Amino acid sequence: MATDSFRLTITEARELLRKRELSAVELTRACLDRIDAVEPLLNSFITVCADEALAQAREADRRLAKGGAPPLCGIPLAIKDIYATRGVRTTCASKILENFVPTYDATVIARLRAEGAVFVGKANLDEFAMGSSTENSAFGPTRNPYDTQRVAGGSSGGSAAAVAADQCLGSLGTDTGGSIREPASFCGVVGIKPTYSRVSRFGIVAYASSLDQVGPFGKTVRDCAIMLRSLAGADPADSTCSTRPVPDYEAALSGEVKGMRIGVPKEFFVEGMQADVENAVRAAIAHYQSAGARVVEVSLPHTQYAVAAYYLIATAEASANLERYDGIRYGVRVEADNLLDLYRKTRARGFGAEVKRRIMLGTFALSTGYYDAYYLKAQKVRTLIKRDFDQAFACCDLIATPTAPTTAFRLGEKMSDPLQMYLSDIFTISVNLAGLPGLALPCGYDAEGMPIGLQLIGPAFGEEIILRAGDAYERSGVLTRKPAVV
Amino acid sequence: MATEKTNKINLDQVRHIALLARLELTADEEQRMLGDLEQMLEYVDKLNELDTAAVEPTAQVGDIGAAMRDDVVATCDDPQSILANAPDAREQMFKVPKIIE
Amino acid sequence: MSASSEKYEAVIGLEVHAQLLTRSKIFCGCSTEFGAPPNTHVCPVCCGMPGVLPVFNRRVLELAIRMGLAAHCTIAPRSIFDRKNYFYPDLPKGYQISQYETPLCKGGYIELPGDGDNGGPTRIRLVRIHLEEDAGKNIHAPDCSLVDFNRSGVPLTEIVSEPDIRTPEQAGAYLRELRSMLRYLEVSDGNMEEGSFRCDANVSVRPRGSDSLGVKTEVKNMNSFRHVEHAIAYEIERQIELLEAGERVVQETRLWDPDRGVTRPMRSKEYAHDYRYFPEPDLPPLIVPPDLVEQIRIAMPELPAARRARYTSEMGLTPYEANVLTQEREIADYFEAVLPGLKNRKAAANWVMTEVLRVVNESGRGVAQSVPAPAEVGSLLKMVEDGAISLNAAKTAFAAMCKSGKNAKATVSELGLLQVSDEAAIAAACDEVICAEPAKVAEYRGGRDKLFGFFVGQVMKAMGGKANPKIINEVLRRKLAAS
Repeated sequence: MATDSFRLTITEARELLRKRELSAVELTRACLDRIDAVEPLLNSFITVCADEALAQAREADRRLAKGGAPPLCGIPLAIKDIYATRGVRTTCASKILENFVPTYDATVIARLRAEGAVFVGKANLDEFAMGSSTENSAFGPTRNPYDTQRVAGGSSGGSAAAVAADQCLGSLGTDTGGSIREPASFCGVVGIKPTYSRVSRFGIVAYASSLDQVGPFGKTVRDCAIMLRSLAGADPADSTCSTRPVPDYEAALSGEVKGMRIGVPKEFFVEGMQADVENAVRAAIAHYQSAGARVVEVSLPHTQYAVAAYYLIATAEASANLERYDGIRYGVRVEADNLLDLYRKTRARGFGAEVKRRIMLGTFALSTGYYDAYYLKAQKVRTLIKRDFDQAFACCDLIATPTAPTTAFRLGEKMSDPLQMYLSDIFTISVNLAGLPGLALPCGYDAEGMPIGLQLIGPAFGEEIILRAGDAYERSGVLTRKPAVV
Repeated sequence: MATEKTNKINLDQVRHIALLARLELTADEEQRMLGDLEQMLEYVDKLNELDTAAVEPTAQVGDIGAAMRDDVVATCDDPQSILANAPDAREQMFKVPKIIE
Repeated sequence: MSASSEKYEAVIGLEVHAQLLTRSKIFCGCSTEFGAPPNTHVCPVCCGMPGVLPVFNRRVLELAIRMGLAAHCTIAPRSIFDRKNYFYPDLPKGYQISQYETPLCKGGYIELPGDGDNGGPTRIRLVRIHLEEDAGKNIHAPDCSLVDFNRSGVPLTEIVSEPDIRTPEQAGAYLRELRSMLRYLEVSDGNMEEGSFRCDANVSVRPRGSDSLGVKTEVKNMNSFRHVEHAIAYEIERQIELLEAGERVVQETRLWDPDRGVTRPMRSKEYAHDYRYFPEPDLPPLIVPPDLVEQIRIAMPELPAARRARYTSEMGLTPYEANVLTQEREIADYFEAVLPGLKNRKAAANWVMTEVLRVVNESGRGVAQSVPAPAEVGSLLKMVEDGAISLNAAKTAFAAMCKSGKNAKATVSELGLLQVSDEAAIAAACDEVICAEPAKVAEYRGGRDKLFGFFVGQVMKAMGGKANPKIINEVLRRKLAAS
């Protein structure tokens, strides 16, 4: 058992840890060994924290021995390297922060620490979470555990791959336009982006503040429910964080979908999407119908404008959020004899091509003479997109769509065409614009064996219903999970 | 690749934006940036298909209240640590090239 | 004023940054205390470390509303914060959190005291009062610059006037009034040396009678009211000279150089400035609870303008006196605490304006630390009113009280300052003098009125200088008249 305990789900490991049939140290060692074994193939991590993890595991074992330990005590997790972790280098996959060691923890990291969770390492990502493939990492791309010639998705590609390849039991990502759901879909794992404001953003390095949201990856929906409960809730250090009480998400997993109204938006089944993807998603919807759910057609007419609105809003916010990387207080600096050159050279050296592209677009969208035409216009379209969802949720309880139009693409395939890369988030982006919760879970495999993701979108603070629907699908056994080849 | 003849943005604007953003671009990068921005601006033009004259902008979503903090001093436990990551410091201050006002 | 300056009129608008009197910063818990060693009142939030978020200090809202109400502004029930983007070493995030399209307070005005000659008070309209965070401080060493973030995140209000100001003196009066209000309200300490009250001026000139605006310059780096007046006066003259010479005023930012007494353009190359304001996504909208404004309104202290009006209309003080007494709330409060039991308010006003203010100003300390309690000064003045002591004796007693801290009665008796008002004793002394100087009495009675002073002096001398001069006068007149 102990040797391949890295294959356990959190739900399973929690039981074994509580019964002391497995120690946190054994489990952590198993994951660290697994990381050693497969990391050369995948590059899921920027930093592996073996010593710290084992120390945390030993402490967790002491707590577990006393009994009554919290749910994530002793559970090895990977953390996207965009969460500030006290004393552990936090790079955001950027050269500009390659040596940055925070003196503070993100709120959710502090919460997980307090629960006794074990952090095995900091997972790879697209630089500053800007990308859909984890190819924009200053530390090299993460490869897909189902086919190492393909991308893991992004931006939280390392977090998704690490869970898919059993390098950890669960992980944390962030989702600004699909950065949890798309890699979950590509790597055949479960990921949830909660409602905007459900989880504190303090200590999460900002990409686009009005869109960024923290969320977990797990091997199962239940694992995500367990993690989300530990993450969510008010934070005095984040005044945009909701003070609503946090439900027991696990308790919501009744397995029952009877009477649920599942909306299917016609705009999400578009020309050019991969046939296997459409078929698998339609089959999943049909399964819900056979399990007693009602399928209703809904319309989200402004979906086709979401990518355009997103790339103006997100890049505008990003252009400001990234101004603090100036080589003065932390991070890489290129010395110069005057201030202007210090700024320009430091930022030219420190940022990668995609980050520069987005800073430029965002700066332009906010600049004098263009603000109304671009930034303000995009904010107005955001209103229309949000309104679409409000109207749709008047006649359904949740919405089911594909997570991405295709399965994982090949490394390098979209690197020369930024717009094509952006369009891989076409089904996830509108959910961020509207601030809604979205769950991605595997619903099949394409002809080449690559995972396909189903996306379940809930109304604001409707995490329970999408988790219940996702869990019910998983439990039904219609999908036999195909393990990653790595 | 786009050329300087494109209509959404020109090379001078690219340079101006790069200055505002404090990014030093090589001549090659300027050209590539011009092409990329042109492509994106062409793409986002589709927003103009929508009449938004009567639509209010949305800047924030979610359950955002009016949280505020009380006026209480929280002393930083270790002020030295603020300079721990500084590329260059002197006398407990961050050092930069001489600023000319 | 030169002949050419007669042809022109200046148009001046002022932007004042006042630090709000909070304990902690606007978006984090760091102390706002002045004068700490560099980078000791700092944390990840006010140093713009990655991933941190601002949380708004509710006290800032209360203080700013207080100022807004005092300046007759409209308080926005909902306003938002914006990011103002520019790169500078003292600006840790690369943007300043400020308010742009929706300031907390809009409109309103400041009423300047009338000077008595030009008639009534003058109104300077306000554009807005908004909230923002201060930047850190760049310290310039010979070979480099060094950055201290202790100030970064200190709460400020920016008070922006309409270009209603016409002269440097009026600009000074506006600033004094604003500072006085802020101090009355306990919104800001208004300390210019410590940077908690700063002013930039937008100055342009135009031909007198024109209603279009000339090209303006923005003048910065003025660290006292006098500097502001001098800098504006210089700038007006400079612009007029340019226009008279057929040249154009260039729109630019200029720095006041107090040593040379000139303004000069900022040397830094004008990088393209484009602040790219947009709504701050990290902060919720600033919602003013409906009852908060009313609570603050009810608790508002009486402001300098209202006090001035009361002092002139109810007490009969001149506008000048009212203005001097009301500039500092501490002084006005002191003055009013001197008054109970006194009939002569004008005398009390004079006393506070001369004796009390002189000691306070010389000591460089607060009122409470430098002069006796107002009730003691009241009782001293009451003794003067009652004729128990002379005005000179009161001054002597006051000086002694300032040093010793003893009360008025004890001091007066210790120093033997009580004057004799016993009419019988004075009459006896008068009789003695009249008997001793028969020749002078005869001269006086013969019409040499001037000799009256001589008799008063002799009587006073006989009584050891402590007789009530008023009574001496009465008795002597009577006795010298009778033959």
